Amino acid sequence: MTQDALTGVGMAGTKPRTTSERIVRALNRTPVHIVLGLVAVVWLAPTIGLLITSFRPRSDIQTSGWWEVLGTLRFTLDNYREVLAGQGIFGSFINSLIITIPSTILPIFLASLAAYAFSWLRFPFRDTLFLLTVALLMIPVQVAFIPVLQLMRPFGLTQGFAGLWLAHTAFALPFGIFLLRNFFITLPKDLIEAARIDGASTWGVFRTIVVPLSVPAIAAYGIFQFLWTWNDLLIALIFAQGQGTRPITIQVLTLLGTYGSQWHILAASAFLLMFLPLLVFFSLQRYFVQGLLAGSVK
Amino acid sequence: MRAGLGPALIVLVQIGGEIMAVAPQAGPAASAVPPKPAGGRGAKESDPVAWLFLAPALVLLAIFLVFPTLYTLALSFNRGRAGVFTEWVGLRNYVNLLTNDPNFIDLRTFPPSGAIWNNVLWVIFYTGLVLALGLLIAVMATRVRYERLIKAIVFVPQAIAATALGVIWTFVYSPNQEQGLLNALLGVFGIGPISWLGNPSWVNAALIATAVWAGVGFATVILSAAIKSISTEILEAARTDGANEIQIFFRIILPMVSLPMSVLAVTLIVGVVKLFDLIYVMTGGGPGAASRVIAFTMYQEAFPGGQYGKGAAVAVIMLIILIPIMIFNIRRFRSEAVT
Repeated sequence: MTQDALTGVGMAGTKPRTTSERIVRALNRTPVHIVLGLVAVVWLAPTIGLLITSFRPRSDIQTSGWWEVLGTLRFTLDNYREVLAGQGIFGSFINSLIITIPSTILPIFLASLAAYAFSWLRFPFRDTLFLLTVALLMIPVQVAFIPVLQLMRPFGLTQGFAGLWLAHTAFALPFGIFLLRNFFITLPKDLIEAARIDGASTWGVFRTIVVPLSVPAIAAYGIFQFLWTWNDLLIALIFAQGQGTRPITIQVLTLLGTYGSQWHILAASAFLLMFLPLLVFFSLQRYFVQGLLAGSVK
Repeated sequence: MRAGLGPALIVLVQIGGEIMAVAPQAGPAASAVPPKPAGGRGAKESDPVAWLFLAPALVLLAIFLVFPTLYTLALSFNRGRAGVFTEWVGLRNYVNLLTNDPNFIDLRTFPPSGAIWNNVLWVIFYTGLVLALGLLIAVMATRVRYERLIKAIVFVPQAIAATALGVIWTFVYSPNQEQGLLNALLGVFGIGPISWLGNPSWVNAALIATAVWAGVGFATVILSAAIKSISTEILEAARTDGANEIQIFFRIILPMVSLPMSVLAVTLIVGVVKLFDLIYVMTGGGPGAASRVIAFTMYQEAFPGGQYGKGAAVAVIMLIILIPIMIFNIRRFRSEAVT
């Protein structure tokens, strides 16, 4: 079960012995292949359609559908050039990076520290506090918006990046503490006891044993938090009120409102929004699903 | 909805133990019992240094979640226009929302309408379709060699921002038959064009279809892992005894995945209650207020609308809807900790 959830072994049963048996099996599965083929088309076509559109010249987009692209094989990078230079996508892409990177590192650090205390240190009300954290996991962030906004305004936090970093970090902590604590308690007790007997401090045990052994879980949480912050719209709508702090999600939304059906602009900007999460996802998905299943199941 | 992977991970974490519980050959389930602190000290001695590790997280949680939740509760009893909280109105915000705001809930007609009713439709159709399609694809995928590919294809939307999903599907739904794929397909049969997002009778179906498309991959991956944990011996034995694939599905696979299915259903319902991005991007709650949901109403009334008291009341209603689920989760967690 620690296998990648996306791979795994099929449950096809015994191997067919004769040619005729093989043919019968193939025929039995034809409906399965047809349905799965249809599933693949339905799940690929919308995204690929927009991808093709993002590379087509504006005039072609207005006169023919992307599925007719074979008739008009003309591609261009003009759409990307236009949204990067003229439609504020480049600046908002950079803003998204400025928002996302600290909003990923801070919760990893703070959640690891707290999860370590909840799993290996002894203090009064430990279980009560942990259950409260589990309860916070369910709280809709909406209940926090109005008070937090009023709290931030006098400090000018809604005009810069700091308010966004703090809000993203705080809202991500319950999940991080829950996830990492459940991983940390599975670490071998003997190893931690031995280090303590050798005179390692509490911080020393955390830094030299707990963190290095928990890299899969910490990385999984980090990837999740990166994707979530990058893709976030709601928290940015509330807390990114400064002109220079808008992330790419808000910029794409603004373009959608302004250019309703100018699909050359919308397609290219949507792909610039999707590009980084997809890259992270495809390069790290195995590591990430594995880390989680291992963390929860071991 | 925390679009994307958030809920997926929570379910992976929650289901992890349960998948193991239905997999007899796979060893003991993850124990939730907190380990005894290591070290040769007395059992009741505490580590004061623990508070240093906890302090930053607890302070942030107190300032950004615990205190605001209580404060919002208080604000919901206030008129709170434009951020001025001087007029105590008791339950009036709630009474107005539930009896006098057809955009929130309107029971005078059948079927009812309003944000709450739309959320009911979402719970029924979104949750039902994601679970049914997720199970169907998971079961079929285990029987072919390109299983990994097909699961990756349906899982990809999980990484796409709701804002981008909104652009992708607004394009699919475009009423222009030279641009919108769906209307172009229907045009082949001489139907349409239909303004999917501009027509009150289609808009909720169109939005739910988009969310189902985005959410099925998550259910597929979870359920596929659960199906894989069913012992091959059981399946072989059933086949040897002459069970056909339909019997195997209903008598073995379905009972064995019912637990992960129920956890998934709870997670999907929580997602529906928090759903905001997709609606805001694709329709802005419209046409009129036809596609509003609860979380959208909270944003719309409080921020562009400036009615903080009303917005706070909607947020508290969201919280009240989620409290039973919160209690259910804590109970489950505690019972795991006991065993």
